[in-house]
Amino acid sequence: MTSIKILGPGCAKCKATYEVVKKAIEQSGVQAEVTKIEDLEGMMKYNILTTPVVVIDEQIRISGRVPALDEIKRLLN
Amino acid sequence: MFNLLQRFSDWLIFSVLGVSAESHLGQALTFFVYDTAKILILLFLITILMGIVNSYFPIDRIRNFLSRNKLYGTQYLMASTFGAITPFCSCSSVPLFIGFVKGGIPLGVTFAFLITSPLVNEVAVAVFLGTFGFKATIVYVISGILLGVISGMILGRMKLEPMLTDWVRKVWEQAKAEQADFEMGKVSFMGRLPVIIREALGIVKGVVVYVLMGIAIGAAMHGYVPEGFFEEYIGNDTWYAVPLAVLLGVPMYANAAGIIPVIQVMVAKGIPIGTSLAFMMAVVGLSIPEATLLRKVMTTRLVLIFFSVVATCIMISGYLFNFIL
Repeated sequence: MTSIKILGPGCAKCKATYEVVKKAIEQSGVQAEVTKIEDLEGMMKYNILTTPVVVIDEQIRISGRVPALDEIKRLLN
Repeated sequence: MFNLLQRFSDWLIFSVLGVSAESHLGQALTFFVYDTAKILILLFLITILMGIVNSYFPIDRIRNFLSRNKLYGTQYLMASTFGAITPFCSCSSVPLFIGFVKGGIPLGVTFAFLITSPLVNEVAVAVFLGTFGFKATIVYVISGILLGVISGMILGRMKLEPMLTDWVRKVWEQAKAEQADFEMGKVSFMGRLPVIIREALGIVKGVVVYVLMGIAIGAAMHGYVPEGFFEEYIGNDTWYAVPLAVLLGVPMYANAAGIIPVIQVMVAKGIPIGTSLAFMMAVVGLSIPEATLLRKVMTTRLVLIFFSVVATCIMISGYLFNFIL
């Protein structure tokens, strides 16, 4: 199962990212577990600078912007 | 290029809609159409330009650069300039702050970045260019960068590290030059462009409401408020106008896109430009939401010191502008 983490303090862009990721999982039918990380210390473990961040299987894939739906789908496959 | 736009909006309002060119309504409407079109075009072009720059110089690289190199005093200017060219969403300011501290970048330099970043951003620059013109925009950008440098230097001298919150201080004590590069990948320019354009459209879409509101208020004032109206109340000789403008501006949190068109009209109607710029910088550069975010990494005292130093520098630059321009 793929693990997806969304890092961000809960701003509008982070919420948008979460929605995109959820939709991408639904549409591609991939088994994935999505977790939101909203606390700073948890976020900073990934050594990030800008939010939102999408981490897929412990790898930073998107940083500092809301991804497109197709982008996430591609990353999931 | 913008002549055509002006002719178009005149034609639309006066000929097609048949509103008299001499009427207040006609003046306000043609101003609204012209400004909206001009600013939206500039906004789109500049966000794309900035998007390209950022695609090649992501913030991670900038942090690594500042963290690895001993820059002998120029690091304040570097950080402040980088702050001007990198846009980021305000909720990124805290991770960014910690990331800089973690990379061993001095607190003052980090502040320089943090001050300029909201003050000089692509939206503010585009709207400024559209309303005030090229020369004033250059003055604004340079003074924004200098403001970051000077405030950062002052804050850097104050030895404020003990006033960080506990866990950030621990991060600071263990700080080291970061080497980890963000995996960039080799993507061609044409491959990057769709993402850049999508981002630019997203930014424009996000601020378009504020731009329209700002221009609408500006247009109404343009059409109905007589020339020199404000001069009576806030002239150049009112010494307390600048500090008052800054104190009013700090708690206000408006989008740069919305506030600039209003300010441009206020300047046209007699408020001195320095006072207006000081007000705008206070509104855009310092805000209560930013303060609450920063409270997560700084003690209240440090946030207050930070805000006071920046506010003071804004006031000084306001007086300077009134004096020079």
